[in-house]
Amino acid sequence: MDLLFASFQIIARWDVFAALMLGAIGGVIVGGLPGVGAAVAIAIVLPVTFALEPIVGLTALLGIYGSSMYGGAIPAILVNTPGTPVNALTTYDGYPMTRRGEARRALSLAYSASFFGAMFSICALMLLAPVLARIAPMFGAREIFLAALLGILLVVITHRGQVLAAAMLACLGIFLQTIGIEATAYTQRYTFGAGWLQSGIDLIVVVLGLFAISQALILLMDKDKTYTLPRIEKVSFLSQIRDLWIYRRIAAVGSSFGVFCGMIPGVGEFMSQFMSYSYAQRTSKTPEMFGKGNPEGIVASEAANNSVPPAAMIPLLALGIPGEELTAMMLAVFYVHNVVPGPQLFAGQMDFVMALYLCLFFLNIIVVGFLFFASGTLMKVMLIPSRFLGMMILTFSLIGVYSLRNSLTDVAIASGFGVFGFILKRLEYPTSPIILGIVLGKLMEDRLRTAMARVREPWDFIDRPIAFILFCMIVIAVSVQAWTVLRDRRRKKDEQDHPCDRNL
Amino acid sequence: MNDSADDHPHVFPEGRKPGEILFAGLMVLSGGLLLAAITWQTAWLPGRGLAAQPRFWPAVSLGGIVLFGLLNFAARAGVKRTPGRWREALSWVLAVEYIGWYMVYVWAIPVIGYLLATLSFCVLLCLRIGYRGRALVIAALFGLAVVLMFKTGFNVRIPAGAIYAYAPDSIRYILYRYF
Repeated sequence: MDLLFASFQIIARWDVFAALMLGAIGGVIVGGLPGVGAAVAIAIVLPVTFALEPIVGLTALLGIYGSSMYGGAIPAILVNTPGTPVNALTTYDGYPMTRRGEARRALSLAYSASFFGAMFSICALMLLAPVLARIAPMFGAREIFLAALLGILLVVITHRGQVLAAAMLACLGIFLQTIGIEATAYTQRYTFGAGWLQSGIDLIVVVLGLFAISQALILLMDKDKTYTLPRIEKVSFLSQIRDLWIYRRIAAVGSSFGVFCGMIPGVGEFMSQFMSYSYAQRTSKTPEMFGKGNPEGIVASEAANNSVPPAAMIPLLALGIPGEELTAMMLAVFYVHNVVPGPQLFAGQMDFVMALYLCLFFLNIIVVGFLFFASGTLMKVMLIPSRFLGMMILTFSLIGVYSLRNSLTDVAIASGFGVFGFILKRLEYPTSPIILGIVLGKLMEDRLRTAMARVREPWDFIDRPIAFILFCMIVIAVSVQAWTVLRDRRRKKDEQDHPCDRNL
Repeated sequence: MNDSADDHPHVFPEGRKPGEILFAGLMVLSGGLLLAAITWQTAWLPGRGLAAQPRFWPAVSLGGIVLFGLLNFAARAGVKRTPGRWREALSWVLAVEYIGWYMVYVWAIPVIGYLLATLSFCVLLCLRIGYRGRALVIAALFGLAVVLMFKTGFNVRIPAGAIYAYAPDSIRYILYRYF
């Protein structure tokens, strides 16, 4: 109880409340804009938060992170275009419901399932926090190295159909973090004698280029899309909430998948959604209605994706390992304020950790209240033409990149990464492996160097229980991936040999 | 259609996009050139373990770029291609025009100030992408709102314009401080 009071004291301030409101409402609006998403908004806001205290800055970023998926469900349901990539599965059943004239019901289900998922995740983690605080100090250099390696491996292999490209881009991220003067022997790496490369490539500059500038270019080069907004009928607040009760099993299982996937670095929203959606379809009394407007599909997708953000904070706070690009960006805020996430933070500053969870708790209450009453007004943001939106993002991104050091070189580097990100997006290649490669690559380099100083025999590296478990997980992940590749290849060969079997 | 395949929604791209092979080739080439420069651009310190060598991680990462790039190249080459490789490459080059606008905007800020540069950038870029009439007014109002929010409100570190030196004494400080 003392811990809870101490956490309340940390957040009981006007600036935290203001950050919470701005982050929550801003995140919903950003999520509701197709083609923008939380990554773009966080990339833009990130440098601005450096001037704020860690709790204020992180609250604002958490607000955007946690609320954007709520907003992303609006265009997914109303106009068949997901606001954020993780709302893609919501379109499958949300849009057919809108076409049947059940837009309000679909939106209500999405909001209440998202709310349930987030609250489930926050409660689960608040209960788990003391256990995690006991486990976190057991992570030494080798365990953190193995956990980061596992994270990068999972980021790569979860990009189904693009594993090789994701691996190549993760390696690019690892390479980018090596550029500049390295910290142990002060030798130069890939600076080519250029002074501006000696301090390395700033993560924020890369993030702004890859997420914000590239998205602006995508929108500027695109044609304006026109959406016809459907009419949303008015329904009472209670009847909106009541609908979720019917699908409580799906919501609970979906949220559990979300918590599980969120806690594992590199897995995140996509995997949890697929697991949840597949489970809902398999156990449904009407599986044939999935993809044709089955409310269970919306609940499964939204409960799973919204339970990930609170869970994704666990590897970040407890081990200093971000699971995906958004938490990787948040890591930058910690470093700027000399707050080092990891076992020490989790064991020594549990009140700070709990304060962040309380922020997430209040955030969800604010967002769901706002959405139930403001959806009609909010959906009008979809009417902003996409190229105009591109101009807006480009204008905003300057604040982030230029206010760092007022450096034209930073802007030029960010622009270079903007074009690179634009090419990746055109090719539908993922950008997150680059960011995770930069962040986890640095972590791996530092921790491996520290760990190897105490290792005499190769087996010493995994002679502690957690190190051994992580090593086994790495072996399993690689084996499963190899087995999947071989199975797919065999299946493809069978299909080529016996093409008629497919139609039987 | 196979039922089991239908169980899982397809959001992962399946075909080969135009330009994929070109991109994979460029990545392998760049990775290979950087790898070739490794002895020149990184140091090998005698008496240190492999993990503590400054050369170790650049070698691992560049080796990975080349290896996975080659595998990706080979894997994508086997997929049925969608025509339009060079048209796609042209769109990559055309995107650089907007980077040019952006760089001019950044270059103009220390000269004409954040307010004027932002207003001009928003309005001129809107003109370039084809908006006319009311949209230009909205673009100007948007630019003004950005300046008022970030520079005036949050006092974000953006340099003042050299042009402000010529402003009357009474408003010079306000311009320097807030715009």
